[in-house]
Amino acid sequence: MGLLTGLKDSISRVTDRLFTDDQPKRIGIYGPPNAGKTTLANRIARDWTGDAVGTESHVPHETRRARRKEDVEIERDGQSVSIDIVDTPGVTTKVDYEEFTDEMEEDDAIRRSREATEGVAEAMHWLREDVDGVIYVLDSAEDPITQVNTMLIGIIESRDLPVLIFANKIDLDEASVKRIEDAFPQHKTVPLSAKEGQNMDEVYDNIAEYFG
Amino acid sequence: MPKATNPDDPNGDDGVQIDLISGERMDSLASTEKIRMILDGVHDGNIVILEEGLTPDEESKLIEMTMAEISPDAGFNGIEIETYPKSETKDSSLLGRLMGSNESAAKLTVIGPANQIETLHKDETLISALVSRN
Ligand SMILES: Nc1nc2c(ncn2[C@@H]2O[C@H](COP(=O)(O)OP(=O)(O)OP(=O)(O)O)[C@@H](O)[C@H]2O)c(=O)[nH]1
Ligand SMILES: [Mg+2]
Repeated sequence: MGLLTGLKDSISRVTDRLFTDDQPKRIGIYGPPNAGKTTLANRIARDWTGDAVGTESHVPHETRRARRKEDVEIERDGQSVSIDIVDTPGVTTKVDYEEFTDEMEEDDAIRRSREATEGVAEAMHWLREDVDGVIYVLDSAEDPITQVNTMLIGIIESRDLPVLIFANKIDLDEASVKRIEDAFPQHKTVPLSAKEGQNMDEVYDNIAEYFG
Repeated sequence: MPKATNPDDPNGDDGVQIDLISGERMDSLASTEKIRMILDGVHDGNIVILEEGLTPDEESKLIEMTMAEISPDAGFNGIEIETYPKSETKDSSLLGRLMGSNESAAKLTVIGPANQIETLHKDETLISALVSRN
């Protein structure tokens, strides 16, 4: 890119910024443990900024602190929308350290469960105070009608936050997007595989449309 | 509080206590008091039934307070919570059908200690019997 065009480009970006009302919206990525929230956050961050957000793991409660990635600029049809993405710990009403003892020593399992409970509390706090929109991630291979999902969606609705439901893991044979659409017909459901990068165009179109 | 016996237990003395809390009683309490009352019951090993359920905000605080009280040492690993009717579309349980015919929008909410979830499921008929007396 030539110096002049580069300069013109950054000037117009600055003025764009000046004229958008406020800071980028903070979009919380919520959902039950292991749904693929961090995998999604990492994919979005890598696609638009080059870095990752956090570690992914098949062991639930890998994320035990909310992590924010600021100023993720997503380009759509020549327009760009800037959001902060917040990867949150998976929400649940119970944490049993014995679920982790197959994977690690008892001490570590107990520590993981303590941190997990703090993380869930923090995620709830962010939801009540600090997010402007929600991406609710579900594993399409699992039954979406659980008490936690119903409660969380109810909480999000009661706060009038814009919400998109992401039916993740569509690469799995057991995946059923319809089951999720039927469970939450009042919201838009977007199918994807965060791990394989399937259907990411539709993902970004919807993020731009809902949160731009 | 009614003390119900576990129908699967022939001796009948290893009963499960059910705290049935009326909407009226709940209305007189502040949110924090409601949540305290629920968690106190659950810590005692009881199953708490709320006639009128909680608001979304209270549910969110219930999750937060439950997390703060989970303790591997004390053997408390959280709560199991179910509301009836479960959802408009999928509603096949006895209790769900029972409550589905109810005009009011209030959801009946059943909360128990997570490590006794077996009891919660096993006692669904018992819970529905108790509730239908109201
Ligand atoms: N097959 C498949 N697996 C996925 C997909 N997305 C995530 N996973 C896997 O699911 C597991 C959990 O992924 P995470 O991204 O750590 O899940 P999370 O929702 O952040 O989990 P917590 O932080 O524990 O709440 C990992 O083993 C991922 O590789 C997907 O699209 N398809
Ligand atoms: Mg995570």
